[in-house]
Amino acid sequence: MVNATAIIKTENLQCFYGSQRVLHGLNIEVVPNEILGVIGPANSGKTTFLRALNRLNALNPAYRQTGAIYFEDQEIRKIPDNLLRKKIGIIFALPQVLPVSIYQNIAYGPKVHGITNKAKVDQIVEEALQKAYLWDEVKDRLDLQANRLSGGQQQRLCIARTLAVEPDVILYDEPCSGLDPISTAKVEDAMQKLKAHYTQILVTNNTKQAARVSDRTAFFLMGELVELTDTNTLFTTPKDSRTDDYVTGRFG
Amino acid sequence: MRSVQRQQKIAFTILGLMTLLFVVVPILLTVLYIIVNGGKAVTWEFLTQQPRNGMKEGGILPAIVGTIILITGTMLFALPLGILSAVYLVEYAKDNFFTRLIKLSVVNLSGIPSIIYGLFGLTLFVGFCHFGCSILSGTLTLAIMSLPVVITATKEALESVPQAFREVSFSLGSTRWQTVRYCVLPYAIPGILTGTVLSLSRAAGETAPILFTVAAFYLPRLPRSVYDQVMALPYHLYVISTQVPNMPLKLSFATGFVLIAIVFLMNLTSVFLRIHYRKKKTW
Repeated sequence: MVNATAIIKTENLQCFYGSQRVLHGLNIEVVPNEILGVIGPANSGKTTFLRALNRLNALNPAYRQTGAIYFEDQEIRKIPDNLLRKKIGIIFALPQVLPVSIYQNIAYGPKVHGITNKAKVDQIVEEALQKAYLWDEVKDRLDLQANRLSGGQQQRLCIARTLAVEPDVILYDEPCSGLDPISTAKVEDAMQKLKAHYTQILVTNNTKQAARVSDRTAFFLMGELVELTDTNTLFTTPKDSRTDDYVTGRFG
Repeated sequence: MRSVQRQQKIAFTILGLMTLLFVVVPILLTVLYIIVNGGKAVTWEFLTQQPRNGMKEGGILPAIVGTIILITGTMLFALPLGILSAVYLVEYAKDNFFTRLIKLSVVNLSGIPSIIYGLFGLTLFVGFCHFGCSILSGTLTLAIMSLPVVITATKEALESVPQAFREVSFSLGSTRWQTVRYCVLPYAIPGILTGTVLSLSRAAGETAPILFTVAAFYLPRLPRSVYDQVMALPYHLYVISTQVPNMPLKLSFATGFVLIAIVFLMNLTSVFLRIHYRKKKTW
C-alpha cells in the first residue's frame, strides 16, 4: 500500500526511450516539505526520473514507462496532465524564459488557469517575485523583456513563474548548471526559504550543492537507485562503496 | 592571410553584383517596361468603369473586383483550413503511417500543374457539386491549389518555434490548445503571414484554375451572388492579348500593371503586419 506520509511515491518505475531502458525499477518516496537531492553521473536517469513525475517525458513519442507513480496517493496517469503539472512544477537546467516581458512571463501560468482579473494577477506577480527573491531587482522594470535579465535573474524568474501557479512540489533539473557561484547561492537561498511551503526535488551534477541544500540525498547510478538516506549520512558514512567512490570524487 | 581576405572580398563582390544583375535588374526592367507601355492608360476611368466597345474602350472594373473577390474567397477557404491542418500536423498528430501519408500528399500537391487543379475544380465543384461556373467553384479551386503552400509555410513557421517554449507552457499546466494558442502561434505568425501572402499572390495571378471554374470572357457588370461568374485580371489579360483583334497594346500593359499593383499591395500589407508582430514579440 501507499505510504500515507509520502507526497510522491514510485513503485517499480521503469522508463524506456525506444528500446533503451533508462530507469530499472525505481522505488522511491518523497516526504512533504523536504528537499530531496538526486545526484549521480551523467546517464544515470536523474532527469528521466524528474520528468516522469510531471509526465513531461510523455511528450516524447519514443518514451514508455511501466510501474506506478503516486502523487498524494493517486496514480498520476489518472490525473489530467495539466492539473498534475500545475501541482508539480519544474525548473529547467537552462533558464527558459519566454520572449515576453518579466510580467507576462509570470502572468502566463495564472492566465492559462483562468485568472483574468488584473489586480489579482498583479498581486500574484508581485508575490511570486518576492518568494523567488527577485522583486527588489526588477520591481521598477516589469515590462522589460525577460531575456534581457542576467542568467541568474532569469533562473529566479523561472522559479517565480513556477510559484505563480501555486504548485505543491517543485522539481529542479540542474538549475544552477549555467550560473555563477553568486547566482547559485541566491537560487539555493530561495530554495531554503521555500521549504516551509513546498516539497522540492533537486537533481544536480554538483555533489557539493546537494550536500549544502538537501535534507535527504539519493544516489543514482546507471538507472538504479543505489542509496537514499539523509544527506549527512550519505556524504560521510555511505553504506554502499559505489556511493562512497562517487561522493569522494573517485569517479564520475 | 591578407590576400585570402582580399580574395574573399573580391569573390563576394562579384557574387553580389551577379545577384543584382540576375534578380534585381530583371524585376525592375519588367516593372519599368510595363509602366512605360501601359502607365498612361491607367486612368481613373480605366479603374472604375465597365469595358465598352468589345473591351477596346472603357475600364476593367469588373475584372479588378473579380480578382479581389477571388483573392478574398481563396483566403477565406485556404487560410483556416491550411493553418489548422498545419497546427494539427505539427502540434497534435502522432508520427504514424497516416500522418506520413498526409505530409507526402501535401508535398506532392504543391507540384501539380495549375491546369490540373482547373480540371479538378471543373469536375468536382462545377459538375459534381452543381455549383456551376461560379465564384464559389473558382475560389474553392484556387483554395485547394493554395493549400499545400499555406500548409508547408505554416508548418515551417510552427517548427521554427523552439521546443523549449512548449515545454515551459506544458510545465506550467497548460493544455495542448493553450500551449498552441499562447506559446506557439504568436511566435509563428510572421512566418505564416509570409507563406500565406505568397500563396495568395500566386492565386491572384493564376489563369488556369479559374479558366473553367469561374472566369467570364466578357461580363460588363459586377457579380450579384457567389453563384455568379466574374471577370478576373489574369484571364482578362489573356483574352485581350490573344482573343480580341485590333486591341490597343497599351490596355494589355495597363491591365498587367493593375494586377502587379494588387499583388504588390498585398505583399506590402504582409510586410507591415510582420513588422508589427515582430515588434510585439522578440526573441
